[in-house]
Amino acid sequence: MARKYVHLTPYFLVMPYIVHFFVFIAFPVLFSFFLMFHKWNIISPMEFIGLHNFYRLINDRLFFRSIFNTLIFLVIHVPLQIVVALFFAEILNQKIRLRGFFRAAFFLPVIVSGVVVTMLWEQLYGFDTGLLNRMLVSVGLPKVGWLIRPELAMPSIAIMATWKNVGLYIVLFLVGLQSVPPQYYEAADLEGANRWQKFFYITLPGINPTVLMVLILSTIGGFSLFIEPYIMTGGGPLNSTLSAVLYIYKQGFFYYHMGYAATLGFCFAIIILLVIALQKRFIERESGN
Amino acid sequence: MIRRAIFYLFLLMGALLFMYPFLWMLSASLAPETELGDLVLLPSEITLQSYSQVIDKIPIGRAFLNSLIVSLSIVAGVLVFGSMVGYALSRLRFKGRQLLFFIIIFTMTLPFQITLIPQYILMVEFGWVDTYLALIIPYLMNALAIIMFRQYFMSIPQDLIDAARIDGCNELQILFRILWPNSIPALLTVGIITFMASWNEVLWPLIVIRNEDLMTMPQLVTLFAVGGRAESQLGAKLASATMLALPIVIAYIFFQRYFIQSMATSGMKE
Repeated sequence: MARKYVHLTPYFLVMPYIVHFFVFIAFPVLFSFFLMFHKWNIISPMEFIGLHNFYRLINDRLFFRSIFNTLIFLVIHVPLQIVVALFFAEILNQKIRLRGFFRAAFFLPVIVSGVVVTMLWEQLYGFDTGLLNRMLVSVGLPKVGWLIRPELAMPSIAIMATWKNVGLYIVLFLVGLQSVPPQYYEAADLEGANRWQKFFYITLPGINPTVLMVLILSTIGGFSLFIEPYIMTGGGPLNSTLSAVLYIYKQGFFYYHMGYAATLGFCFAIIILLVIALQKRFIERESGN
Repeated sequence: MIRRAIFYLFLLMGALLFMYPFLWMLSASLAPETELGDLVLLPSEITLQSYSQVIDKIPIGRAFLNSLIVSLSIVAGVLVFGSMVGYALSRLRFKGRQLLFFIIIFTMTLPFQITLIPQYILMVEFGWVDTYLALIIPYLMNALAIIMFRQYFMSIPQDLIDAARIDGCNELQILFRILWPNSIPALLTVGIITFMASWNEVLWPLIVIRNEDLMTMPQLVTLFAVGGRAESQLGAKLASATMLALPIVIAYIFFQRYFIQSMATSGMKE
């Protein structure tokens, strides 16, 4: 009897997880396959429409617009993120006073809700009373429509997101920098390598895994962008800040196009996984050389 | 010496770049509405007028309570269930263990965009829309937490577990009486990440909660800011944002090191 008890315990321990997995992950994934072939607004009965949702998707200007917007976001966010984080991480990696204080200061925006950060930056970017435009005016330059001009709105959001997340990446790069063996630098010193040579030939290859992580996390972040455009621009001007998740949200909860929203979600998920796989291969090939 | 001074000045400006907006938010929320045009940090007088406006207009106290109930329930669930699975995976042999581990890794890589719509429909079918259940139950399990517990439990000596088993402890007693007291760092790390994520979550509440009395804080503040009820009163908006940020910032002041370490390890795992 006692033996049997011991034998069953593992299943007892993992059972809540398994039930939860089937209800909240496995079933929804399967159900989303089902939904993709249907038209449904939750209230009236479901209607089978075959591949119509996919047909609609490949002809949907807004679907491609949201991917384009995400790319714009990533093109600005990723390099800026890496350069700024690496710069501060290099500084904090030296022997300096109050290191803990500086690290804590850079990290502050990471822990605060995106809602708060977005509301604050909305004030910074304001056309008439925003801090940035006041600074421009005070040195005699014209005001800039940070969130009003379609070609500037997404870059403005990308800069804000960089400001919010950079503290996390500083900490990740710090861990990465500390994992580079100090002997490498000593050997380079003996060979008479200068600062930049050491940075490009020792530091950079050494933190390749961290760069990959930043790339992947930023990609996921870009495709998950929601509350920033929701609060700041509502996806405008001219859909220039319509993000992937905001578009799913609009199709699902504004228009109640559940079938089409599920199709969007599925396709975005595939795109995310593909992009991450490509980034992994690229970085691994780079560090193989 | 001068180089050093410039270096620190530069670093200080960097730190200010990240702290100034928050300091401005705090001071502006305490300033009289007429002084909000200025971006100076010290208002001529301190008033709670903006805060009382927020309290008059939206059930922010109730939202605070809702957020607290939801976040603490999720933290409790993730700690209990996560450590149960982590323990089974790290210390017990059973059929399907490899498969289970694979499933957990798979759920970590699954983008949430794919489950968003079907999970909402599930809430509708369960009749959970506009209840705490919709906010809590889907978040009770967390793959990252399980992996972190598994990792941590593997470092605990087997002797400790064997001794407890000889003393007649069952597996649940071993987990909660022997492993938990020896895993405070892991419990704190998982607890902090989970609390932060659920406190700041806003998309899911926006989808499943429409009843204002059940809204969480980020949701209510968002709707206050974009819904026009702030009537473009900047002071009130900033006061609501301050109230939303405050609990996390206070926790951060006390557990700063743990926050940074927790976030760094969670980033590493992904």
